[in-house]
Order: sequence, then C-alpha cells, then structure tokens
Amino acid sequence: MATEMSTRKFITANEAVAQAAKLARVDVVAAYPITPQTSIVEKIAKYIADGEMDADYLKVESEHSALTACMGVRMAGARAFTSTSSQGLEYMHEMLAYAAGGRYPLVLVNVCRSVALPWSIWGDQQDAIQQRDTGWIQIFTETGQEALDMVLQAYRIAEDHRVLLPVMVCLDSFIQSHTEELVEIPDQATVDSFLPRYDPVVTLDVDNPYSISVGGFGKHYAHWREEQQEAAEKAAGVIVEVGDEFGRIFGRHYRGLIEEYRCDGAEAVLFAMGAVTGTARDVVDEMRDEGKAVGLVKVRAFRPFPVELLRKVASQVKAAAVLDRDCSWGYEGALATDLKAALYGLSSPPAILNFIGGLAGADVPPERMKYMLEKALAAERGTTPHLEFIDR
Amino acid sequence: MKLKDIEKEEFYRASYGCAGCAAVLAVRLTIKVLGKNSVYVVPANCISTVSCYYPQAPFFVPFTVMAFAATASACSGISAGFKRRGREDIHVVGFSGDGGTADIGIQALSGAIDCGNKFIYICYDNEAYMNTGIQRSGLTPYGATTTTTPSPCFENRPKKDMLRIVAAHDIPYAATACSSYPLDYMEKVKKASQVNGPTYIHILTPCPTGWGFPPDETIEIGRMAVESGVWKLTEFENGEFRTTYTPKRSRPVSEYLAAQARFRHLSPEQVAAIQKEIDAARD
Repeated sequence: MATEMSTRKFITANEAVAQAAKLARVDVVAAYPITPQTSIVEKIAKYIADGEMDADYLKVESEHSALTACMGVRMAGARAFTSTSSQGLEYMHEMLAYAAGGRYPLVLVNVCRSVALPWSIWGDQQDAIQQRDTGWIQIFTETGQEALDMVLQAYRIAEDHRVLLPVMVCLDSFIQSHTEELVEIPDQATVDSFLPRYDPVVTLDVDNPYSISVGGFGKHYAHWREEQQEAAEKAAGVIVEVGDEFGRIFGRHYRGLIEEYRCDGAEAVLFAMGAVTGTARDVVDEMRDEGKAVGLVKVRAFRPFPVELLRKVASQVKAAAVLDRDCSWGYEGALATDLKAALYGLSSPPAILNFIGGLAGADVPPERMKYMLEKALAAERGTTPHLEFIDR
Repeated sequence: MKLKDIEKEEFYRASYGCAGCAAVLAVRLTIKVLGKNSVYVVPANCISTVSCYYPQAPFFVPFTVMAFAATASACSGISAGFKRRGREDIHVVGFSGDGGTADIGIQALSGAIDCGNKFIYICYDNEAYMNTGIQRSGLTPYGATTTTTPSPCFENRPKKDMLRIVAAHDIPYAATACSSYPLDYMEKVKKASQVNGPTYIHILTPCPTGWGFPPDETIEIGRMAVESGVWKLTEFENGEFRTTYTPKRSRPVSEYLAAQARFRHLSPEQVAAIQKEIDAARD
C-alpha cells in the first residue's frame, strides 16, 4: 500500500537516508565526510543548495564536533541530523556516551564499516558494535527502504518523552550504501502526519532558565543512570508501537525488534543483523525446499536487546548459528555473547555456534550460510562453544 | 562603560570557587554585561567543577556542562539552533579554561570560528589545569612550575599566543583582558556581543591556589602582570591589533615573579632573561 503521493525511484540507501533527513524536516545537519557515508551528506548539501530542503548545513572540522553541534542544536530546541562511519564513529565515541547520558534525542546514521588497523574502507559492523555500551538505541537495517523508513521512525522513537535517547540507524557499507534499489519515497504531507514537529522537554530557555546536562554525585548519579536504563527498556515497546503506526500509515511493516523468518518447527536458526539477512532468507527457502528445518532471525534492535523475544525463539530450536560481522577480541562475536546471556537459565539451551565473517567487505555467499546452518543442524544441544572465522 | 552603569543583579552566585578566584569573578562580570538573554556552555574546568553538581545551581541563566574538547562546537550548534528558531538575539557564550582552549579544545575552536556562527568564546586563563591539581597546559608560561613540570624542572616553552592564533582565522573580533581591569573586560564583552559572528576574548585570571599567592592579592597580581608587560590588553578588529590600555606605571617583572610560589625557583639570571624578552617585545 503506497500512499497516494509517494514516488518510487532507483536510489542507493545513502540517497534514501538523505531523502529521509529531508522528509524529517531536519533544521540543522552537521557532518564530517568519511567513506562510505559521504554521499549522504553530499546529497543533503545539494538539496539545501537547490532550495529543495529548508535546513542549514553546519560546517564542522571533525565528527566529535559534528555530534556536539547536533547536541547544541537540540539544546536550542531544533532538530538535527548527522551521519558517519567507522573511524568517524570511533572519533565521536566520547560524545556518543555524553549524548545518551544527557538524554539528547538525536538521530545518527552509521554506514557500518570496518575499523583500523588493518586499514579498510569496506564494510563490517565492528564500528557500531564498539559503541554498544554508549547508551544509544541501535537499529540495523537490511535495505535502502528500511533505512529510509527507520530514519523517520528513529526521530519518533528518540523524541518520544518516554524514551529521550539517541538512536543510531545502521546500514551496511556498499551493499546498501552504494547499491541502487527501488525505494518508495513517501510524500511530505504523510510524513508530517506521522512525524510532528520536535516538542522538547527542556531547552536553553532564557525565559525559564535551567542548568542542563549537569553533574551529580552518588545517589543522584545512580538515580539518573537508573532512569536511563528504564528509558532504554521502555524504548523496546516504543520501537514496536512506532513501527506499527508506521505500517498502518505507509503500508510497510517492520516486525519490531526482531524479524523471524520460517522459524516455526525449525531445528536450527541463523541469527544475523543487517543486509546479510537478505541472502539468508533465500538460503533458508532453499534449505527448506530440501526438507531441512531451518529458519532465520534478523535482529533489528541490538540495543535495547530483545531478550524475551530471542529467548522465546531460541528455546524452541536445537542449535543457533550466530553470524557476527564483528568481534570482541579475546572472546567472540558480540551478538553471540549477548544471545547466550539472554538464554541463561534455560533448562535445555540450544547449541550456539558463532561464526565471524563478512569482515572488511568480504562476501558471505549462500554456500557459507548453508555451511553455518548445516553445522548447526548437526550440533547437539549444549555442545561446547564454537567460534569460527569463515572468511578465509 | 562607567562603574555606575554596571548591573547590580547577580546572575552567578554561591559557587564552590576558591577564595580569591578570578575565574569566578570573570563569570560574574560577563553575565552582568550580557544579562538574562544569554546562555552558557562550560566544559570540564574549574567553573563547571565549582558550579555544576546537582542540586547546586549558581548560574541564574541557562547553563550546560559540555565535554572538554567540545565548548566551541557546542556553541556553534546552539547558535545554529537558535538561528533556525528565530532567536539570534540570544547570546551564546562558551566559558573555557586555558587547557580547554589552547590544548584539547583548539581544534573545535578553530572549526567553529571557521564555521562562522555567532557566539562569544571566553577563555579564562589561569595558566594550568587547576581543578585537576595544577598540571601544565599550553598556556603555562615559561619558567612556571606545576605538578607535571615540578622543580627543579619548570615549563620550558612560552605560552601559545591564542590571540594571534584566532586572528589568523580572520575572526571578526578578538581581545585580551585581565580580571584586574573589569571595565576594559566588560567593554570588550559588550563589543563582542554586538558582532554577528564568532568572537573570542582571552581573560587572564590569576589563581591564588595554583600560582601560590594569598587570596587577597588576586587583583594586585593581575595588575602586576599588566604593569610588568607580561600580559597586554589588546583588541583585534578589522584585521588590526590595538592596545586598549597602557599601564600608567611600568614595573620590573621580578616583582611579579617574586610574588608567586610557582616562579620562586628562578635564578636571577633566568629572571633577567625573562625581563629581556619582555623589553624586546615592548620595542
């Protein structure tokens, strides 16, 4: 169901994101260039230059300043947008935590890219995963369409007074960022009905002065941090609620925090995030055709982590193959670790096989996915930990 | 500006600042000039340390604590946000220390000046990282001991010249000031507030705790700095530097140095060398 005035175009996910920033009626864009994010901000700068987008493009000298400036824009009561990748996200790290702790309802698009060293401009999810504990809501998207739709939803989620946390919308380098696909671009009026103007809780208001983003000792600090945790937990419900409303208005339904694909009666399930789930769906179909009981769980929200949902689906399978395009060096992939923690206490937990692959843009072709699922099918419940790098 | 014109109302009070703190004085004077229609960004420094801890609230104007390196970029963003909301009349003020300006914050400051949004950046310079316990910064002067340049060693490089650094950005307005000359400072704040673009004021604020002098001598030490030629009161406007105050008397630098514990180790030869440098700069 397309809305009446929407248009369909072959565009990259980066252009889809730029369109979303425009449709979100962002006031100020502050960003610093880095491959493969650049075409997002180039497009936005062009929309502004051509008068298609009513916003100001703020020049900054680094990602640290880009995110800080966005916080400043929010403090003044306006809506901001920024985008980055890899080293840029790493360079923002201090301010990422600052923004979340200060409850700044920001939206950032991260075009996920590997992190140096070794130097690489190609894609994996190490950059985003390394920001896991900064307090941002992190949502991984699969397509250009989902990226566009999630940016619009991200503003609703972040600015919801029950949440007031920053949202990082993640998309995969090149597979999404530089690949054209058919994307439906909603019309402004419909977006306006979905995403109202920013209604801030507190600003730097000269008529009603507040000290904001202050310091706190002991019990005050603990109190605010508990509130932050509560907000992050509430965000899970808000993500679902906003997704449902988005589906009703725009006709594209995102199934909340995770998306299960053919998990009913599955013995082995692949858990993955991002663009790789597109291929995985085809692999599941092929293997199902061969009579193999396999399924896919696309984890959309990495933070807040959908513990209950994952517990429910994982408790029904014999084994889980977890594909991580990242690694917590010295342990294992982050999704595998978090999934295991979510399953703690199950009387008969599934075997969890962790595969690390798709690093620095390496393809994860259907054969590799089949290999992972076959290995999971052959595993017994409660088998010893399995960690395998699959790119070589 | 005349003394009788100074705003009576206090917008900054009940901080935990040390006795004789000139940085606290600089904040008070700044808000007296700009009034209620101003907002303040303060990064990690003495002022935030003595002002920001909930439920304490010494600022009677909107105030936010910012990350160390982020003062100027926050100012730039706030200014951009106010512009979008049609509130360009509000003064956005950054209040950062010497390390927050000349060291960790210099990149963001350079970027924000280059960006060109309207804000007033005030560097209060007490010549070391004071709230963390007197560690040297890029603005610690030659010859000073700090806890990271302890005796028998001492800071072996001159202060960075921040005024020339910001002037090199073709900033619309910049100035130096000293807390011992409040009218000169306040006039500069007033002037900065009337500029539609980035402005920079660098105010020397003597620190009894870090420099080692009695708290009741803060004003006198600042005067000695200016009268000895260690610090100059100048302005940069329309591409030119101008002296705004020439001291009526000239004092030897030895008096200024002898009054502070941080310079006590200097030999007569070293003091003479410092005097020679000042004399050379004067000519």
